[in-house]
Parts: sequence; C-alpha cells; structure tokens
Amino acid sequence: MAEVVADKFIDIASEVCPMSFVLTKLALDELEDGQVLELVCQGGDPVRNISIQLKDEGHMIVSVKKEPDGNFRLKVRKSG
Amino acid sequence: MVTTKKKLKISVDHNLEERTIKRIEVNAEVSGKKPTGKINFAELRAGGFIKQRQKDKFTVRLKCPGGSLTLDRLKTIVAATEKFGGGQLHLSTRQSMEILHVDYHNFGPLVDMLKESGQDVASCGPRVRVPNACGGCEYNPNGITDTQKMAEVVDKKFFGLRTPHKFKVSFSGCPHDCIHGTSADLGFIGGVWPVWEETSCTGCTICASACAEGAIESHPESGKPIFKAEKCLYCDDCVRACPTNSWTAGKTGHSLRVGGHHGRHPVNSAMVARFLTDEEAEAAIGATIAWYQKAGEGKGRIRLGNLLMQEGQMESYREALADAIGPEKLVEGIERPHKITIGR
Ligand code: SF4
Ligand code: SF4
Ligand code: SF4
Repeated sequence: MAEVVADKFIDIASEVCPMSFVLTKLALDELEDGQVLELVCQGGDPVRNISIQLKDEGHMIVSVKKEPDGNFRLKVRKSG
Repeated sequence: MVTTKKKLKISVDHNLEERTIKRIEVNAEVSGKKPTGKINFAELRAGGFIKQRQKDKFTVRLKCPGGSLTLDRLKTIVAATEKFGGGQLHLSTRQSMEILHVDYHNFGPLVDMLKESGQDVASCGPRVRVPNACGGCEYNPNGITDTQKMAEVVDKKFFGLRTPHKFKVSFSGCPHDCIHGTSADLGFIGGVWPVWEETSCTGCTICASACAEGAIESHPESGKPIFKAEKCLYCDDCVRACPTNSWTAGKTGHSLRVGGHHGRHPVNSAMVARFLTDEEAEAAIGATIAWYQKAGEGKGRIRLGNLLMQEGQMESYREALADAIGPEKLVEGIERPHKITIGR
C-alpha cells in the first residue's frame, strides 16, 4: 500500500486531554476536507482517546504506526 | 394540633393505604395560624418532606430522575423557592434538588405551584426512590446504554411503590459505574461484548494499547489482537478505538448488580445478570420489586441486600429473575451481596 502523504504534522506526545484533543482539532481546522493530518501521541490513554474522538467526529484514521518508544504515529483524513 | 374534617381510615396494606388517601383532599386547619391552602396528606405520605432542625421548617425534595431538569421546571423551582423557601437550594446526594426552609403551612401552595411546570416532589421512606442515572450514551463519551431513558421508565412505572425498606435503582452507562451500581439496591451498568473480525484488521495494535484491562495482547509478529475474555470488563474501548472497525459490539446491554447499599453497614452488590435489553431491564426491576415485597414480608425494615444474604434467598431471587428475563441472561455461579468492613 502506498504511503499516505500528510498535509500537516503535529507532535502531541507531551500533551494530555483536553489539550491533545484541542490541538488535534485546531490542526484539522487548518485543513480542507480530504486532506491528511499526521500526529504523534502517546500509547495507552492518549491513543485510545484520540482514536475514539476522531472516529466519533467522523474522521478517518488511515494509517497507524507504533514507534519504538511506544508512541503512536497516526494519519487522519479530515472529513467534515 | 391539626384537625381534619374527615377521619382517615388507615388500612394495613401500605400500597392501598396510599392510593386510598390520595383521593381525599383534606382541609387542614392549624390552630393559631391561618392555613395558606389545602394540604393533601397523600403528598406528605409519599415522602419528600424532611423535617429540619428549625421549628416548623422542612426541606422539600424535588424529583429529578437521572439528575435531569428542564429549564421551565428550574425557573419554577427558583420562583417557588423565592416565595416559600429560604433563598437557597441544595443538591441531594442522589441528584435531587431540595428547597430548604419551607414552613409546613405552605406545603399546599408550594406543591401546586411546582406542579404547574410538571415538577413533582420526590420520596423518602420505604419505597422505590427516584432513579439515578449518569449521562449515558446521550452525551457521555463512554456511554453505552441509554441511562436517561431508563431513569424515565423507572420513574413512570415504579416510582413510589412500597417496599420493605428504601429501594434505590441506578443506571451507569458503562463499567466506570459513576452512579455507584455497587451500592444501589439495583445497579444497571452498560456493557459491550466485543467481537473481532480478522480480515479487516491491519495489526496496528491500537486496541491492545486502548484496553486498560490487559484483555488484549498483540501478536508479537502480526500485531493482531489476542483476546483474553476472562479479563474483559465489556467497556467498548477496543470497539470504539479500532480504526478499521475490526472490533464490533457482539452484544450490548445492561449488567445487573443487586443488593448494594451504603449507610452505617454498607453492602456491596452482587452481579446477577448480563447484557439485558432495555425491556429486560424493566422486567428485571418489576420482578425484583415483586420478589422483595413478598420475601421481605413480616421481616420489618430490611434492605434487599440483607435479605439476599439470608440462606436460600439468593437462590429464590435468581429463580424469580430467570422467570422474568430468561435463565440464559443470569451469570453462572451464585454471587451474594457482602458487607464492606469499615473502621469504627
Ligand atoms: S458510568 Fe460511564 S457513561 Fe456514565 S458517566 Fe461514568 S464514564 Fe460516563
Ligand atoms: S471491551 Fe474493554 S476490557 Fe474488553 S477487551 Fe475491549 S477494551 Fe478491553
Ligand atoms: S485496533 Fe483494530 S486494526 Fe488495530 S490491531 Fe486492533 S483490531 Fe486490528
């Protein structure tokens, strides 16, 4: 599968809820529908919450990579 | 001294007693003071009026099932409090709004004023109390079941029924159990049985990271989930976090805990059934109340949990429950409510 190219990148690995969510939302605000945001967050609670919140709001997580340090690198296609 | 125009006949059956009195409007004449209106003794008997330390003053507890309140009702409560209360409201520990410092002479007009906006007085004493509920799936991010709807169902169908002792029902939308189903007579807790589908799974390991119970491990090579069912708490997190929807809800419904209460001698409830539909939950409440009324007869003021701790009672209760919701919904193995030890 071809690698999805991201239109914007944020590192929120040091953030916790609600900042992690707010920063993700603000970054998505800057994108058009269909564009892709790449983000890095911590495993456990953060990746659970971010995945759930993004899905709840209708965005699509198109790629997930677990980094050697335990962080997750997600690519999210904006929808709506 | 209160003199009444009619002599009231008190029957032994409390349910009947309340229904009978409800139809009799009594004109109360209070010696030395002018009555400000009619006092319907049925309102008083159903409870919700709690004597304060201060002379003549009562706290009036208002019914807010599930802790919800429309703005209309709230505005009326504020106006009624300004008129009859002491300028202060209190939130009870079980989600009810309480008007403080009400002189009992004003019960009649206060109740009438509240009624106009559809606001009823709550209850106290040995009966089915106002149900508690969290936000549930309506707006809480973790909510699985429609707890607010269920609180309305209990309020409409079961509120105020006489039971041997107080009877509290609570609805939590997920296993976080914010409404403390462990210490309610009946505690419903939303849950999901997760089912995994392999072909769509990319092995991203989010589900393993999302599961706080260690019920999902990732295969060391493929990253795909290995499910440890015995650790699963039915919280739905894997289902909601999985980017490809490989985890789905196999079964959704209410778990049922029975026989908990707080107080001087707190008791932890016992898990009796799982994945009940809303209709089955309703049937379970009806069956529990009926069983409790019967099994508790002649035993005085006994809480459901204490009754269920007596020999043979849990077995008898499970039979009644199985009749109402089907034996396959009951958890295997008999769990009993148990006392929580606290320091003196
Ligand atoms: S029990 Fe679950 S759904 Fe209800 S408030 Fe707590 S976390 Fe939210
Ligand atoms: S439902 Fe909750 S506890 Fe069960 S496997 Fe999924 S995330 Fe873990
Ligand atoms: S989150 Fe979904 S896609 Fe990722 S490993 Fe778990 S089941 Fe597979």
